[in-house]
Amino acid sequence: MNVTITVNGKAHTHDIEPRTSLVQYLRETLDLTGTHIGCDTSGCGACTVTLNGEAIKSCTMLAVQADGSEVTTIEGMAQNGEMHPIQAAFKEKHGLQCGFCTPGMVMVAADILKNYPKPSEDDIRHGLKGNFCRCTGYHNIVKSIQLAAETINE
Amino acid sequence: MIPAKFDYIKASSVSEAVNLLDKHGFDAKILSGGQSLLPAMKLRLNRPEIVIDINGIAGMNTIEETGDGVIIGANCTHTQILNSEVVYKNLNILHRTVQTLGDVQVRNRGTIGGSLAHADPSADYPAVVLACEANIEVEGKNGKRTIAATDFFEGIFTTALADDEIIIAVHFPKVAHGNYQKFYQSASRFAIVGVAVVHDGNAVRVGITGVSDTPYRATEVEKAYNGNSDAAEHAVDGVEVMSDHFADTEYRSHLTKVMVKRALEA
Amino acid sequence: MGNFIGKAVKRREDARFLKGAGKYTDDIKLPKMTQSAFVRSPYAHAKVLSVDISEAEKADGVVAIFTGSDGCGEYGVPCGWQVDFKNGETMREPKHPLLVKDKIKHVGEAVAFVIAETLEQARDAAELVEVEYEELPVVTDPQKAMDKDAPLVHGEWKDNAAFDWCIGNDRADVEAALEKAHHVTEMEYRNQRLAPNAMEPRSYIADYDVNADKYTLYTSTQNPHLIRLLMCAFVLGIPEHKVRIVSKDVGGGFGSKIYHYTEEALLTWASKQIGRPVKWTSDRSEAFLTDAHGRDHVVKSKMGFDKEGKIVAHLTDEYCAMGAYLSTFAPAVPTYLHGTLFQGVYTTPLIHLNVVGPFTHTVPVDAYRGAGRPEATYLLERIISKGAQEMGMDAAEIRMKNFIPPFDGVKEEGYQTQVALQYDSGNYQQALKKGLEKLGYENFRKEQEEARKNGKLLGVGLSTYIEGCGIAPSAVVGALGARAGLYEVGQVRVQPTGKVSVFTGAHSHGQGHETVFAQFVADKLGIDMADVEIEHGDTDQVAFGMGTYGSRSLAVGGSAIIKSIEKILDKGAKIAAHKLEAAEGDLEYASGKWTVKGTDKSVSFGDVALTAYVPHNYPEGLEPGLDFSSFYDPSNFTYPFGTHIAVVEVDKDTGAVDLQRFIAIDDVGNIMNPMIVDGQIHGGVAQGVGQALLEEVVYDESGQMITGSYMDYAMPRADDLPMIETDNTVTPCPHNPLGVKGAGEAGAIGSTPAVVNAVVDALAHLGVTDIQMPLKPQTVWKAMQN
Repeated sequence: MNVTITVNGKAHTHDIEPRTSLVQYLRETLDLTGTHIGCDTSGCGACTVTLNGEAIKSCTMLAVQADGSEVTTIEGMAQNGEMHPIQAAFKEKHGLQCGFCTPGMVMVAADILKNYPKPSEDDIRHGLKGNFCRCTGYHNIVKSIQLAAETINE
Repeated sequence: MIPAKFDYIKASSVSEAVNLLDKHGFDAKILSGGQSLLPAMKLRLNRPEIVIDINGIAGMNTIEETGDGVIIGANCTHTQILNSEVVYKNLNILHRTVQTLGDVQVRNRGTIGGSLAHADPSADYPAVVLACEANIEVEGKNGKRTIAATDFFEGIFTTALADDEIIIAVHFPKVAHGNYQKFYQSASRFAIVGVAVVHDGNAVRVGITGVSDTPYRATEVEKAYNGNSDAAEHAVDGVEVMSDHFADTEYRSHLTKVMVKRALEA
Repeated sequence: MGNFIGKAVKRREDARFLKGAGKYTDDIKLPKMTQSAFVRSPYAHAKVLSVDISEAEKADGVVAIFTGSDGCGEYGVPCGWQVDFKNGETMREPKHPLLVKDKIKHVGEAVAFVIAETLEQARDAAELVEVEYEELPVVTDPQKAMDKDAPLVHGEWKDNAAFDWCIGNDRADVEAALEKAHHVTEMEYRNQRLAPNAMEPRSYIADYDVNADKYTLYTSTQNPHLIRLLMCAFVLGIPEHKVRIVSKDVGGGFGSKIYHYTEEALLTWASKQIGRPVKWTSDRSEAFLTDAHGRDHVVKSKMGFDKEGKIVAHLTDEYCAMGAYLSTFAPAVPTYLHGTLFQGVYTTPLIHLNVVGPFTHTVPVDAYRGAGRPEATYLLERIISKGAQEMGMDAAEIRMKNFIPPFDGVKEEGYQTQVALQYDSGNYQQALKKGLEKLGYENFRKEQEEARKNGKLLGVGLSTYIEGCGIAPSAVVGALGARAGLYEVGQVRVQPTGKVSVFTGAHSHGQGHETVFAQFVADKLGIDMADVEIEHGDTDQVAFGMGTYGSRSLAVGGSAIIKSIEKILDKGAKIAAHKLEAAEGDLEYASGKWTVKGTDKSVSFGDVALTAYVPHNYPEGLEPGLDFSSFYDPSNFTYPFGTHIAVVEVDKDTGAVDLQRFIAIDDVGNIMNPMIVDGQIHGGVAQGVGQALLEEVVYDESGQMITGSYMDYAMPRADDLPMIETDNTVTPCPHNPLGVKGAGEAGAIGSTPAVVNAVVDALAHLGVTDIQMPLKPQTVWKAMQN
């Protein structure tokens, strides 16, 4: 099927198999390998991207369904070489170790902060429920998102 | 994980979707939010030859307030319901149910119609549609009909939907006083027990999910209630209670009574 | 000097990970690369009657299909550690084939390997491979595996034991002391099986270059050189110098990526057969069925106390599952990495542990974060608390009574345990006191009392752990059965312009070596961190290495780098002396320059580096260049220790446990980067809490894993955990140059019993003295009913 998807502001048109998931399309067709695959049951959140501004698990959506949509991946977060405040906060607060879950964490954080501009610790922890991290115990991820909220609100 | 091959058709109207279903029968599957269907297809537990995407059908993703009710289009995402003022004000029990459902990403894609049609015995919506006595509006090749929630669930992943029917909308009455209590399965975050209670004057209606292979109305609790939450003792009367490594029959039965009591008292 | 060590320097690896520019193995694409899929057994124990690939071969895009009859790696993957029977019999070591030809021994074993142009085609074709099986009886429980009539996993031997081993004092002496003890506390439980679940699934790409006759294997390993050695020398019989292993960004390991897996060797072999690169990335479902698991000990233990509460003897018998085969380090985990910790932090005079390691029809078990030490710590910290409870003593008081007195390992000698090891330095009292203060122990007890009156069940749990890491002295581990040395290699190459490239055999998969190693290298050389680059994970770049596990990177890998820095500075001093026309002995090195003592005559590091490479005016007889490699073999393990305290509330109606506070006081020796140490502790604690409350691999009677996805295997999510309150005491390691002990596993080792002790404490007034992990609401509720 021929689909056009705008990814990180750029429109791409490809002929793709219906069974191709959005994450496969991003990784294999567009070489945007920042979005990761950590499971096969929608459980880990490593593949989180935003679709028309909302965080979704790109392993649980067909690429053909994204026809005509706007997708932002981790590669689209930094602007003009400047890290997004969420990315900067993760670095500042050591919100990542092995880095594998990190893109998903950053992308879901963007959704959390959109809905909760001044999130409580609870808001953040509940917002992160769909994303596993095996390295950080979430401690510094929560701190990172708290810092990002402060930076964005400044 | 990659699904087996299938053809994808994006339906632009209910009748197109219904005709495709009618034509392909068991080989076809309706794709709504996809949050249950796609993982099952990736694991190749489910391998339809035709996938009919109903997301593009106009008019199926609105939330509408009527005189005494709220009509929620089947394609409304959980997030849409969560953020709806109409639901918050008139059907707060549903708002609270959706808060416990899945995670941000799943709520952003998954739909109420998809969840109901999938009929996972541990899903959250069944309890609330039962307690609210919602009606499920469906359409098939013979036209539209309405199925009462109490008649809708028939077993694990089994509903009263005919092979050619899809859910169009869910009609809820407005509910002033009700709540949802959920005990989470710690891995999937589905309900080990989910209890929805709707107060109607002195009476209550109690919907329960996660406990049996079919969600049910706890009629014995409803009969015994009369303002006394000890009626929760009857929560699993006559019910075949499921067992798994998180909750065996004994514990799940106990937990159901606890959650019913909490829901009655909340 | 001293600008970077001890500072919370932000990580230099973060930018690439945060921008999605990390290069994990699955992110790599090679020209002409093929994709692959495995056909895996759905049965735990079965004869393979036939494998029919005829339909699959005709499928679209298929490049090749291999089965166990195609002659790849006849000997299979070897085990790296030999633990013999206590009666002298040699460890039983079955062949671990790359593809099964005859008999399946666990669910998920591979019978065929399908290579195709695309991943979709490989998966589709794999479904067309027809395998006929004949099901056989199954045993998955390590104790039941030793029953007389248990099904045998391997036909070669009369029972399922891989070894039967013991450590400590004479069993009869320990038994006699228990007979005479004032009080004996007993425990029987299973330290349950866990799935490590690094978030990046294993991924491999093998690329055979026919013109150079050279293999490159890109692999998500913690251990590139050892994989190369094992694969070349034991599995495939290919020359080591013709194999390059590349393991750059790796998404977590926690032990599960130490081992040499069958798929690594099979892909390497297959790439040569097809003359093209081939990639395989595990699904999560496959990971549950094929990644080595952790723990799985069945434990029976007795601890004897005198009437003051002093421990007089400790006797334990364990059955520790090996799984279907011996994974790389498997036999060492429940023996030398476990039994040697049975002293704990206590002066127990008599200790005996017997361990039987049975084969079971399950995935192999190997080291998982902590590896043997969490299991030892769990037993010690639970049984001492249980003893206190039974004797009506306070959990803190009984520990204070039994602690080994403080010793620094310099003025005071190291502490000789009853179980082979000599501790390096320790101050266990200090850590406990600090933890109790942070908690406000006295106040908590009052609060708990009040809460109980109101029907609220609060509990506090202590764990005063020790662990042995920084593995390990080669001679010691060699004597204990290791088939490899456990030194590390560090090369420091000063470039002509004074910039420094460091090559380490340690491997970073989240630990932040690129930052921490650069911190101390920059300090020791007195140069800027920006002038130091850390390289790892490529056998063509790094001379040799033993990889990262056992919290060894800084203690062993860091020390190897320090040795090379010393050589650099020694040679640099010779060059500097020549340039300054001074005697070497008159020079001192500080802030990146050599200065003639008492003068302002100096020459900079950069000048010396340039001179070493442009040796026109140069000391006679001295080789040009400034590049040294060192092997560092530690003289002892290191022994981090600390106190972990958990506070929980138990829902009396449902049994649900709410972890309200977690305090971790850890002594990891000197700290290079406190931000990173805290991060390591946070993650370790989360995994330890995961074991206590959530995680469990469950097999049913037929050997099917019923927790094979995130729908059923519960791991901590963000809302399961509180903020973790960390602090440190600092007792330097006396035997390595940085004085460091290691922080990677401490969190996972100390935390588990703290949580369980807290839950038991919350229910103590109901007569509860023990609960089986994981503390699922159901399990806790049932404990309350009895």
